[in-house]
Amino acid sequence: MPTFVYMTRCDGCGQCVDICPSDIMHIDETVRRAVNIEPNFCWECYACVKACPQNAIDVRGYADFSPMGHSVRVLREEEKGTISWKIKFRNGTVKDFVSPITTKPWGKHIPKLVEAEQPNQEEINSQILYSEPKSLNTNKDLPTVSKNSFKKGVYY
Amino acid sequence: MITNNPYFQLAEFVPPIFMQIFVIAMIVLVVIGTLLDMIHKKNVKYFFENVKKAKNSATKILNIGEKASIVLKTITSDVLTISELDGQRRLSHLLGMYGTIIFWVVSVIMIFCYSTPTSITPYIFPLLWHMGAIMTVVGGCWFWFFLRVDVAAEAYPWYRIVHADLFVLSLVITSVIGLIWSYLQITEVQGWNILFLVFFVISNLILFGGVYWSKFAHMFYKPGAALQKNFSEADGSRDNLPTPSDKPKQFGKGINREAPRHY
Repeated sequence: MPTFVYMTRCDGCGQCVDICPSDIMHIDETVRRAVNIEPNFCWECYACVKACPQNAIDVRGYADFSPMGHSVRVLREEEKGTISWKIKFRNGTVKDFVSPITTKPWGKHIPKLVEAEQPNQEEINSQILYSEPKSLNTNKDLPTVSKNSFKKGVYY
Repeated sequence: MITNNPYFQLAEFVPPIFMQIFVIAMIVLVVIGTLLDMIHKKNVKYFFENVKKAKNSATKILNIGEKASIVLKTITSDVLTISELDGQRRLSHLLGMYGTIIFWVVSVIMIFCYSTPTSITPYIFPLLWHMGAIMTVVGGCWFWFFLRVDVAAEAYPWYRIVHADLFVLSLVITSVIGLIWSYLQITEVQGWNILFLVFFVISNLILFGGVYWSKFAHMFYKPGAALQKNFSEADGSRDNLPTPSDKPKQFGKGINREAPRHY
């Protein structure tokens, strides 16, 4: 269920680029609007959908999950602390849900990224993501698998 | 300098009719570029398909009065004050937009009405022309150097130039060259004023001739998108978005949104 952007709605604010855990939401070089550069790597976390202040991001459902005519849209209202979902089935049935954004105390379980150390250009350019490798419970380099250990015919 | 009509002095060796033809040619280029862009992007087709979809899922039929008030709200809020954007991006866009409009409108007035040898240009027009150019340069530079999303959110260096910069850079460069050319007209430095006149013509050709390749036409598309958004909110279709929650502050104070600079 990869995300996609309604170009007419997007104002190129960068919130989705900032929040995407897969680092696949980027800014298009021709129109300076957000774009999902690698839909295959999208894990449907809906983070960008919720973060978009213009509600310009939607999710395209796979046919087995939601064939034709469906819609799953979400509205995050920060000032109220709520997340509302609207599920529209292909037969026209509509279901609405409202839930709290979090039930935990605000600021306690959320990483305070503003206070985190600013990365330098080398760190920005590296393949290592924020808080890695510490968050992977290792202070060593990321583990790699030698190609020699692959079975023949498994890879192309 | 700022009370001097640069087109009046130019008329001494370029007949006003040539300037007027140039202006009309630029308008034609914008129209052709926008039409080609619309054909290429198919956004008009998308717009009307969306209108049809919204009509089918509307929960309320709007009367003419309601429609008129939505159009008015779109013009006053979304178009004239660019309410879609926030903070510095909004201010820089407003500076650029109004500066550009003033610069273009006054240019047309001065070329068509005050470029003949017998005409006397009221002080206000050259003053507005220079002010419009300065506003465009300030707004455009503010945006390009500090606010561009690819620099702000993606951490690219500020000097990286991409396709999307064609519009903002050509707009700023045209205004800067216009100001320099106007200054050289006053100082009457022979050769330099002609050189910058050539630069001014070339930068205008790039700005207006590059509509198909640049973001120029987004100025026309954005009001259409805002109108559609406001209509969909009013008729209940809301592009399938949930209706706002009726539980204000029940769950806490909410998130304080931060600027997207956590790269």
